[in-house]
Amino acid sequence: MNLASRLLLTLMVLALALRAQDTIKVGEYASLTGKEASFGQQSHKGLTLAIEELNAAGGVLGKKLELITEDNQTKPGESATAVKKLISRDKVVALIGEVASGRSLEAAPIAQAAKIPMIAPAATNPKVTQTGNYIFRVCFIDPFQGTVMAKFAQTDLKAKKVAVLSSVSNAYSVGLAKFFKETFTANGGIIVSEKNFSEGDKDFRAQLTAVKAAGADAVFVPSYYTEAALIARQARDLGINVPFFGGDGWVADQLLEIGGEALNGCYYSTHFSPENQDSVVQAFVKKFKARWGANENPDAFAALGYDAAYVLVDAIKRAGSTEGPKLRDALAATKNFAGVTGVTNIDANRDASKPAAIIAIKNGKLEFLKTVAP
Amino acid sequence: MSEFLQQLLNGLSLGAIYALIALGYTMVYGVLRFINFAHSDVFMVGAFIGYYLGKLVPEGTLWGGLLVLSGAMIGCALLGMFIERVVYRPLRHGPTLNVLITAIGVSLLLEYTGQIVFGAAPRTFPQIFPTANYHVGSLTISSNQVFVIGVAILLMIALQLIVFKTKIGTAMRAVSLNPKAAQLVGVNNNVVISFTFGLGSALAAAGGILYAMNYPSIDPLMGVMPGLKAFVAAILGGIGNIPGAALGGLLLGTVETFIGGSQFSTYKDAIAFAILIVILLFKPAGLLGKFTIEKV
Repeated sequence: MNLASRLLLTLMVLALALRAQDTIKVGEYASLTGKEASFGQQSHKGLTLAIEELNAAGGVLGKKLELITEDNQTKPGESATAVKKLISRDKVVALIGEVASGRSLEAAPIAQAAKIPMIAPAATNPKVTQTGNYIFRVCFIDPFQGTVMAKFAQTDLKAKKVAVLSSVSNAYSVGLAKFFKETFTANGGIIVSEKNFSEGDKDFRAQLTAVKAAGADAVFVPSYYTEAALIARQARDLGINVPFFGGDGWVADQLLEIGGEALNGCYYSTHFSPENQDSVVQAFVKKFKARWGANENPDAFAALGYDAAYVLVDAIKRAGSTEGPKLRDALAATKNFAGVTGVTNIDANRDASKPAAIIAIKNGKLEFLKTVAP
Repeated sequence: MSEFLQQLLNGLSLGAIYALIALGYTMVYGVLRFINFAHSDVFMVGAFIGYYLGKLVPEGTLWGGLLVLSGAMIGCALLGMFIERVVYRPLRHGPTLNVLITAIGVSLLLEYTGQIVFGAAPRTFPQIFPTANYHVGSLTISSNQVFVIGVAILLMIALQLIVFKTKIGTAMRAVSLNPKAAQLVGVNNNVVISFTFGLGSALAAAGGILYAMNYPSIDPLMGVMPGLKAFVAAILGGIGNIPGAALGGLLLGTVETFIGGSQFSTYKDAIAFAILIVILLFKPAGLLGKFTIEKV
C-alpha cells in the first residue's frame, strides 16, 4: 500500500467516525442563575445525569444524545430568546424546561409554532400544556396540588380560617392560590385575609400585619422559596406563630438557609422526597450523589428533570425517529412509564397525574410526612 | 388601632432605608446638578461587603456588627470617590446629559460585574447584630426595626452637623451655590466633590447593610428597586434638599406599607407612585424644594 492510499483510508475512517458522532440534540432552558437558581441547578443536574447514563448505555437510535443548555437567569423574556436560539440555531429535536410555570408559558408558544415537542419537568400551572399539542409535562398540576393542600389544612392542621398571601406577578402563585381557595371554601373553610405582593418584593410586614389582625389559624403562601422564607421570618418577627404552608415552589435548600428557625412547624407539598425510603428513590439518590458530590441532595426538580429525559428517550425509541410530529405522537402515547417520581401516564391534556408528597419542617430539618394519591 | 401603629412602625423602618439612599442622590445633585444612577449599586456593593465581613466576625455581637457596618461604609466611600475620580471628573465640564448617561453605564457595569464576582444567585445575609423581639401591648417591635430607625436618625443628624457646622460642609454649600465663585475664594472643588461622593456612598452602604439585615437575601440586582424608590423619595422631598430627602423617604415607605396592608395590596407600587404624581402636580419642586428655573 503506498502513502496516498493509506492517507485515503485514514480519511475515510475519519469521515465514518465523524458521521457516527452525529448526535441527537436536546435543548434545555433553565434558571441556572438568578433568584430561582436552585430550580434550574437541580433540574439541570438531574437531566445531565440522565443524559450521561443514557449515552453510557449506547444512546438512542444508534446515536449519542447531546444536551444543549441555555440559562434564562430567572429573568422574564429570556426564556423566549433562549428557546428561539435552541430551535433555530442549534436545531434541537425536543426541549426540556422549565420548573417555573411563568417561564414555561413564555417558551411554550414558540415550541408549539416550530412543532418541536417540549416537556416541562415541573411547571404545574394548567395553562402550560393548554398552549398546544406539542407541550407536555411529567408532573401533577395545580388544581390537584391546591386540593391536596386545602384538604391538608382542614384535616391535618384543623384550620378553619386561613389567610392567603400570593405573588400577583407569578402565574404559578396566582393559579395555585385560586385552586386552593376553591376547594377550601367549598369544604366549608373561610379565607379571612387575602393579600398580594409582587415578584422580587422583600418587605412583607405590611401584608403580614393585616394577616395577623385577621386572626388566621394558618397561612397559605403559594410562592417561590425566597419569598416564602422571608415571609416566614418576618411573620415570626411580628409575633405570628401559626403554621405557614405552601406548594412545590418552596422546594430548595435555600428555603431553610434564609428562613432558618422561622420555618419550624411549616409544611409544603412536593413531587418527590429524597427522604422517601422506596428502593427506586434511594437508588436515584445514590447515583445523584456519586455524580455531583456527597453533599448534593437531589430535590423534586432534579428527580423530575431526570424523569423528563427518560420519558423523552422512551418516546424517541418508540417513534423510531426524531421528527417533530412523530415524536409528539409517541410522547402523547406514553403509558405506565416508571420513573423515580412514580409512574408517568400522559393523559389527553398532555399532563401526568402523580402522587404528591407532604413535607414537614421540624427543628430545621425536612421530614417526609405522607403521600397523597391523585 | 394597634394594627395602625404596627403598620406605621413597619412603614417608618422601610422609609428610613429609602431616606438613607435618597440622601446620597440629593447630595450629589445639590453639588453637581446630576443624578448619580450608580448610587443604588453602591448600596448593593455595601451589602456584599457586609456579607463578606460578616463571616469574619462572630455572629450576633454588637461590636462585630458595628465593625461590619463601619467597614462597609469605608469601603463604599472609597468606591464612590473612585467612581467620581475616574468616571465623572473627566466629564465634569461636558454637558450634564453626558454625565447622566455615563452614570447609567456605571450602574450597569457594577450590576453585571457583581454578577460575575459575587454570582447571580441570591446569598443569605448573616445575622450580624443581636436580635430580639419586644412586645408592647399588642405591638411587636423587632430590634432590627428599632436599629434601622435609630441608625438612620443618627446618620441624618451627623450629616446635618457636617453640612452646617463644619468647614468642609460650608465648602459643600458654597460649591452647590456657585462652583466658580467658590473656587475664587479658595475652595478646592475637587476635594469637596470627592468628599460629597464619599459621604453619600457611605450612607448608601449603611442603607445596604440595614436593608440586608431586615431582608436577608442579597443579590447583585438588589439595588434596582430600592434605588428607584429612593430616587423618587429624593424628588418627592425636593431634590438637592437634605431634610427633604429624609422626609420623602419616610413618606414613601409609610404610604407603601399602608397600601400593602389594605385590600389594594396588588396595586401597592402603582398607588404609591400615583400619590407622587399628585404631589408633584401641586408642588413641582417637591415638598421642601425651592423652585428654580434651570437650563438643562
